[in-house]
This record gives sequence, structure tokens and C-alpha cells, in this order.
Amino acid sequence: MGKTVLLIEDEPNIIEAISFILSRDGWTVDTHSNGHDAVEVVMGRRPDVLILDVMLPGKSGYEILSELRGSLSPKDLPVLMLTARGQSKDRELAERSGVNRFMTKPFANAEVLEAVRSLVVA
Amino acid sequence: MTTLNALIAVCLCYVALLFVVAFVAERSAAQGRVAWLRYPMVYTLSLSIYCTAWTFYGAVGNAARSGLEYLTIYLGPSLVMVGWWWILRKLVRIGRSQRITSIADLISSRFGKSNLLAICVTILAVVGTTPYIALQLQSVTLSFEVFAEAANPGQSLTHNATALYLAMGLALFTVVFGTRNLDANERHHGVVMAIAVEAVVKLLALMAVGVFVVWGVGGGVADTLQRIDASGLGEWQVSGGRWAGLMFLSAAAFLCLPRMFQVLVVENDDENHLRTASWAFPMYMMLMSLFVLPIAVVGLELMPEGANPDTFVLTVPLSQGADVLAVLSFLGGFSSATSMVIVAAIALSTMVSNHIVMPIWLRVAPGEGASVSGDVRHVVMLARRMSIAGILFLGYLYYSLSGGGTALSTIGLVSFTGVAQVLPVMLGGIFWRGATRVGALAGLCTGFAIWLYTSFLPSFGPGHFMSGDIVAFGPLGLGWLRPHALFGIEGMDPLLHALLWSISLNTLVFIAVSIASFPSPLERLQGAQFVNVFQHSVGARGWSAGVAQSEDLMIMAQRILGAREAQALFTREAAGQGRGGQLPDPSPDFLQTLERELAGSVGAATAHAMIGQIVGGAAVSVEDLMAVADETAQMMEYSSRLEAQSEELSQTAGKLREANEKLTRLSVQKDAFLSQISHELRTPMTSIRAFSEILRDSDGLPPEDQTKYASIIHDEAIRLTRLLDDLLDLSVLENGQVNLNLRRGSLRDVLERAVAAAVADDSQGVIELRRDTVAEDITLYTDLDRLSQVFINLISNARKYCDAVDAVLEIRVQSGNDTVILDFIDNGTGIAPEAQDVIFEKFSRVSDQKAGGAGLGLAICRQIVTRLGGKIDYLPGQQGAAFRVVLPMAID
Repeated sequence: MGKTVLLIEDEPNIIEAISFILSRDGWTVDTHSNGHDAVEVVMGRRPDVLILDVMLPGKSGYEILSELRGSLSPKDLPVLMLTARGQSKDRELAERSGVNRFMTKPFANAEVLEAVRSLVVA
Repeated sequence: MTTLNALIAVCLCYVALLFVVAFVAERSAAQGRVAWLRYPMVYTLSLSIYCTAWTFYGAVGNAARSGLEYLTIYLGPSLVMVGWWWILRKLVRIGRSQRITSIADLISSRFGKSNLLAICVTILAVVGTTPYIALQLQSVTLSFEVFAEAANPGQSLTHNATALYLAMGLALFTVVFGTRNLDANERHHGVVMAIAVEAVVKLLALMAVGVFVVWGVGGGVADTLQRIDASGLGEWQVSGGRWAGLMFLSAAAFLCLPRMFQVLVVENDDENHLRTASWAFPMYMMLMSLFVLPIAVVGLELMPEGANPDTFVLTVPLSQGADVLAVLSFLGGFSSATSMVIVAAIALSTMVSNHIVMPIWLRVAPGEGASVSGDVRHVVMLARRMSIAGILFLGYLYYSLSGGGTALSTIGLVSFTGVAQVLPVMLGGIFWRGATRVGALAGLCTGFAIWLYTSFLPSFGPGHFMSGDIVAFGPLGLGWLRPHALFGIEGMDPLLHALLWSISLNTLVFIAVSIASFPSPLERLQGAQFVNVFQHSVGARGWSAGVAQSEDLMIMAQRILGAREAQALFTREAAGQGRGGQLPDPSPDFLQTLERELAGSVGAATAHAMIGQIVGGAAVSVEDLMAVADETAQMMEYSSRLEAQSEELSQTAGKLREANEKLTRLSVQKDAFLSQISHELRTPMTSIRAFSEILRDSDGLPPEDQTKYASIIHDEAIRLTRLLDDLLDLSVLENGQVNLNLRRGSLRDVLERAVAAAVADDSQGVIELRRDTVAEDITLYTDLDRLSQVFINLISNARKYCDAVDAVLEIRVQSGNDTVILDFIDNGTGIAPEAQDVIFEKFSRVSDQKAGGAGLGLAICRQIVTRLGGKIDYLPGQQGAAFRVVLPMAID
């Protein structure tokens, strides 16, 4: 396989959990934990799937995604967005920013796995 | 012996003289030399048309039959002139200010310019006056007959032919001098002057006969007085009721007779003339009555039994061979008759043409009425001339129908009673504001009907209009409806009976209906103008300005007033408005002035209708305007109420808007807060769920991983619990529901406990504490547990966030009189100035690094310290992060 996932998340325990789940499925997981330079990191690494938290220090997930979508289409860069703010307007915001999948925390491990897989296949 | 032809020649000469007088007077008036025409005595003499042929001949006849009763006919008007001059003055003032053209116009104008009322009064006046005109024709015919018999005994004269010629001649004179000028309100100087001359002629004639009788026949004053005593005529056979009735009747007639109204009010030039008239006219009446009794007494002695006493004035001189005197006397009677007929015809024709012919013509005339179709001036003139002819013809008709059989004085009294029916309405109209149109109409009709039934119709004698049976037994045998014994009141003088019933029921109905009915706004206005004429100098507002076309008004006015006069009027009005040119603005004032001017020619109601046609295409009555005004007033009141309400509403709306904004702000804050809480709760739960699923689903997980993941779950569970605790704590503090547990204790003990608790959790960084235990030796009276919570928070924060290699937290204590100040200062990099305020907000976190807190700590601290009566702030300017807590030593 050798597909790469970049996980941008600031909560260490959640990074550990998602990394564990995806690694076990054979993904290569990169992590980054703040919003300031997230766009550059993504452009540099060009992962197959990007998992993006919303509440990040420095820059919000929506901002980061909007900037990325300036040059990368949903096809070029599938993005799974995770947020702990589960209100409907958050979902709207995410979709307007150009997200491929949107999930609220807490999530089921199997769901995350399924989502990441589906994004690559599509 | 005077021949009939000679007499006719004298008559013609006399008439020619009158023509000349009238013509000269008209000429002078036209040239503006009116001073001599305005001599008050002319006015007084013109009033003498009251003394008609009836008084000239009939008074002697009356005296011969009933003694002194003839005096009542003179006393009534004298009483009016002396005692009721204030009524006259008011009538004259109203007549001038409202440009009244006739008594019908007066009544119509007073009661809201009602044409129906005008028609009623006109009909009443025509019916009431016709017998009177017939009377004049009869008296002149009679006098001709006297001469004819004296000249040619046995030769009979064709009465009807004489009367017809006379009527035609009078009609001609009246048409020529009575309709020269269309403005009926303008004085007929020629006619008035001719009447004044006639007044002098008849007075001179009667006095000449009187002098002749007393000194020529009677043998001096003493002898004559003896004869009078002997005859018994001079005795006071006073029947109180009849005297009072007759006096009242003659007084009422003096005011109400159309011809009297014409000379009293319409022809009046100057209100002050009334002053002269008030003594001169009674004097004239006295002179007229002075020789009546002697002539009657001497006549009765001289003339054969059965001779008509009505002609004594002629027959006595004739029998004595004093032909010249007889001719003079004849001229006196002729004067009395002609002057009355002329003025009556003018007055009635004005009424008929203004109130009956013109309204009908205006209605049926093709096209668009006054402004466009034919020459109105011509129509009005024609209508007036036709009316004159018609009225004289009616008089002639009455004369030939009644056969001239009835005694003169009876006809006169019947006529008087008829026109007196206008009196209640007229007096009510000018003195009582409550009088209404409906009331006036009801009163007039009642009086008119009763008069017709009890007086007018029976006056033709049995068999003419009313069968003898009705007079004797009542209609259908109903005794209580007998014309001369209405409601069973019998044995009364028929005249008095008719007068009593007609006037009293007339008045009663007028008052009752007026009280019961409601006057229209226009009636109210006019009523106020009439009743308070001395306070009003200007008239009521009759017109709303607006769409009236000045040109159209001009065209119409030219047709009625004549081009020159209309242009003069318009130019004057335009100048009055401060405008040049000929066309003034159709302002309400101008329209009203114009209406009054026109009313002088065609009557108030017609003028109103004519202007209405132009101004609005239809008559815009003041009633309409008043209704509109009422509505406007109501609407204004309503709208001001609405305005007040709307202001109130807008204030309320403003308050609501503020409240709404506040709520929106709160709602946004609440949303943000909930969103934050959601995030803070979901984050640890995410870890817990993820790792518990890993533990559950993954077989063969290395034991160290199992332990590690289990402890993450454990830590996150604790974090969640703490978060919930903090939230509850904050909620309680913010709602002010906190119960302070106040105790006395040492600050040092509190700090000691706090440090122990903060350091117990060894998962966080190590920090060295520097304290001043001596300074800490202060006794506080406060909630020691809550205070400890604040200290734990501050120490934990320093442990978590101080980024110095060797972290040090110094706790300084200063104490004042009542307060103690604690500073917590670490040696880290501190907090950026822009964040120093934010840190006390809920969920605020400054550093990027995760420190496990939800950002509620400082918010809770601030709440607690505030509850304890102190304050907590960031202390800038220190080495690292610094917080200052100021506390009262004791809470009250």
C-alpha cells in the first residue's frame, strides 16, 4: 500500500489514537500539531489523505482548507475534517471550505478507517 | 261738471308727470347725483305706500260703519315705527349685509338658502297680495264710476275694461321703471321718487277734502265736533279683542307685506333714515287719519241713505259742486292705488323670478347652465317683466272673479292676515338661532293652510270656492271644522278667529318643529349671521377655493351684472387681493363677494347654485364643506391620537430593538460558550472512546501499550470530571447562588494548604516557591476554602505555564489597614500585553501548548475574589507572569 496520511491535530492523545488505528491498517501516518505552518507542511508532503482538526493553535482548520483549495481540488487532495464542535453550522462551514468528508468527535475507530479508505479509492 | 274724458286726461297727465319724476330721478342716480334722492324724508314718504287706496277710501267707509276702529290700521304701523324700530334696524342691517332682495329672499337666506322656503313665501305673498291688487283696481274703477255717474247719471261704465286698462298701464310703468336695472338690490330711485310724490299728493288730497268738509260744509271745528258727537261714531266702542287683533295685524302687515319690505329694507339707502322715519311716518299717518272721522260723519249726513261710504271722499265734494277738489281727491286715491301696485309688482316679480322662474330655468336650460348657455341677463330681465305682467293679470283676474262686491276693508284685512303668516318665521329667524328650516317650513305651511281655510277662501263669498254649507256646518258636517268656528270656538269675529288660529298655530308649530329638528351647518351659520348681525360685519364663508375658473366666473358675472359692472367688480377684487389685471384668485372671500353681488340680481339661492355650477360643476354647499370640515377635524383628532400611539409604539419598538440586540448578543455569547463547552467535553471523550475501542478490538496488544492506553483513558476521565466541576463551579458563582462559608483564619494556613494541594499533582512541572511567612501572619475573616481555591489555581498555572528553566514563584504579601495585597510573580516570559485582559475570560488559553486546562481557572478565580469583596488583576511590568489579589481583611 504505502499510502500516506497527514494528520493535523493538536491533542496528543487523539494523535496517538488515530496514528495507531491507521498504522495498523497499513497507512503511513505523518502528524503536525499546529495551524501556523500547516499549509506549507501539507504542500511539502502532498499526502494521499489529509485529516484536519478544526480547533488548532494559530490557524483554524477552515482557514487552512480554504487556502489549500486555492491550488488543490478535492480530487487532488481528499480531506477528512474532524471537529469537536458538532453544530450544524460547523458542518456548513466545512463544506463551504471544500471538505470531502466531515466527522464529529468522538468518532468510532472503524468509521475513521472507512472514511480514509473511501477517500483514496474515490 | 267734469267729464269722464277730462278725468282721463288728468289721469294721463298725472301719470306723465310721474314718468318725468321717475326719469329725472333715474338720470340723476345714473350720473351719481344722488344726494337729493337720499334725503331721509324721501324714504319716509316712500313708506306711505302702506296707505293704499284702501286706506284712502276705505278708512272713511270703515269709520262710517264702525266708528273709531279705522284708527287701528294707522296705530299698528305707528307702533312699529316708534316701538319696534330696533326690529326694523335689524332687518335693514341684515338686508344690506346679506344683499337681500325680498322678504322671500330673507327667509330663504336665513334658513340655509333654502329655495323651497323661498317658493313657499313667494306663493304666500302672491296669494296674499293678489286680492290687494284687485282691491286697488276696484277702488280706481269705483272712483271712475263715481265721476261717470255724476256726469252722466244712468250711464254704466264697463268696469272690467277700465280695470284691465288700468292694470296694463300700471304694468307698463312698473316694467319701465322697475326693471331698468337688473340688480334688484339696487335702489329704484325713479320709482321711489315717484312714490314720494304720490305720497305728498294723496296726503294733500285727503287733507284738502278734510279742510273742505270741516270748514266748507261742517261750519268750522266746533260744529263738526258737535256733529261727530251727535253721530255717535266718535264714541269709544272699544271691543278690546278686535282692537288688539287689528292693531297687531296691521303692525305685522307693515313688517311683512312684500311691498313694505321692499321700501323699508330693500330700497333703504341709509340705516339712519329710520330715525327720521320713526317720528315722521307716524306724523304722516296721523295727518292721514285726522279728517277721516269728520268726512265720514258729514258724508253720512249729506249723502242719501244707502250711498257707499267708501266713496265719500269723492262724493261729498262732488255733491257740493267742488269739482276741482273732487279731481284732486280722485288723484289722491289714484296715487294710493298706483304706488301700491307698482311697488308690490316690483317686489313680487323679484321674488317670482328669483325663486321660481330662475331656478326652474337653470334646471331645464340646455347646455351647462349659467356659464355657457344663453344670455342670463336677458332671461332674468324677461322673467321679471313677465312676472310683473303676470301678477297684475292675477290681480285683474281676482277682481273680475270676485265681482268687486266685497267691501274694501274686508279684502284688505284678509290680505293682511295672509302676509302676517310670515311674521313668526321672520322674527324667529332674526332673533332666535334655534329656528330651523324645517320648523319655518312647517310653521308657514300651517299658517298658510289655516288662513286659506278660515279666511281667504270664505272671502270670495258662499258658492265661489267654498260652499255655504261648509261655512255653516263644516266640511262633511263636522261642526268643529267650520271655517269660522274652528275647534268649536264660536261667536268670534271671523277675522279675529282666523288671525288667532293661524298665527298661534303657525308660531306653535314653528317653535315645536324647530326644537325637534336639527339645523344644518349652513343654517347654523346663516342663523348666527342674522341673529348676531350687529356683531358680524362680514358674511359667512360660503365657498371653498380651488378649481373655480376665474374666466368662467367673469363670463357668468358679465351676463348677470353687465360687462362694465362685472369688470369693475373683478378688477376691484383683484386689486384687493394685491394682484394686477382683471382676474382675481377665486378665493373664498371673492367667491362670497361675487355671490352676494349676484344675489342682488338673481337671489341668494340662485346665485349660490350658479357659482356652484362653475366652482365645482355642481353646487358645493357649505353643508358639504362643513361635513368635510367635521370629518377633517375628526380625522385630525384621530391622526394626532395615532401619532401619539405611533410615537409610543416607536419608543416601545426602540426598547424592543435594544432588548433584542442584547438578547442577540447574549445568544451569540451563549452559542460561543456552548460551542466551547462542547469542544472541551468532546476532546477528552474522543481520546477515551478511541483508546477504549483499541483496547477492546485489538488482540495481542503489548502489555505496556495496554497500560499506557488505560492510563490515557484514566487521565482523560479525570480531565472531564475536573472540567465539569469547574463548569458547575463557575455557573454557581456567576449566578450568585454561592453560599460563602465565612470563618476566621490565618492567611499563612490558607497558603500552606493551597501550596500542598497544587504541588500534590506531580504530573506537572516543578516550581520553586518563595514566600514571606512573617508577612503572611494575618488573620482573615472570609471564606477560607474559596480563597484557597484561588491560590491553588494561581500556583498551578505558574507550574503549568512558567517557561523558565528554573521556575520560581514568589508570593509577596502586603497588608494595609483593612486590606491585604498578595502578588504572585513567576520568572517566566509572562503574558503578552494584548492577552492580559483576555485571560480572565472563560475558555481563554494563551499558550499553544496543551496544558490540560479548559481555560476556566482564572475566570473562576475572578468570580471568587469578587464574591469575597476583592479583586484580581494581571500585574504588568514584572519579570514574569504576575497576578495581584487585593482582599479585605474581613467581610462585613
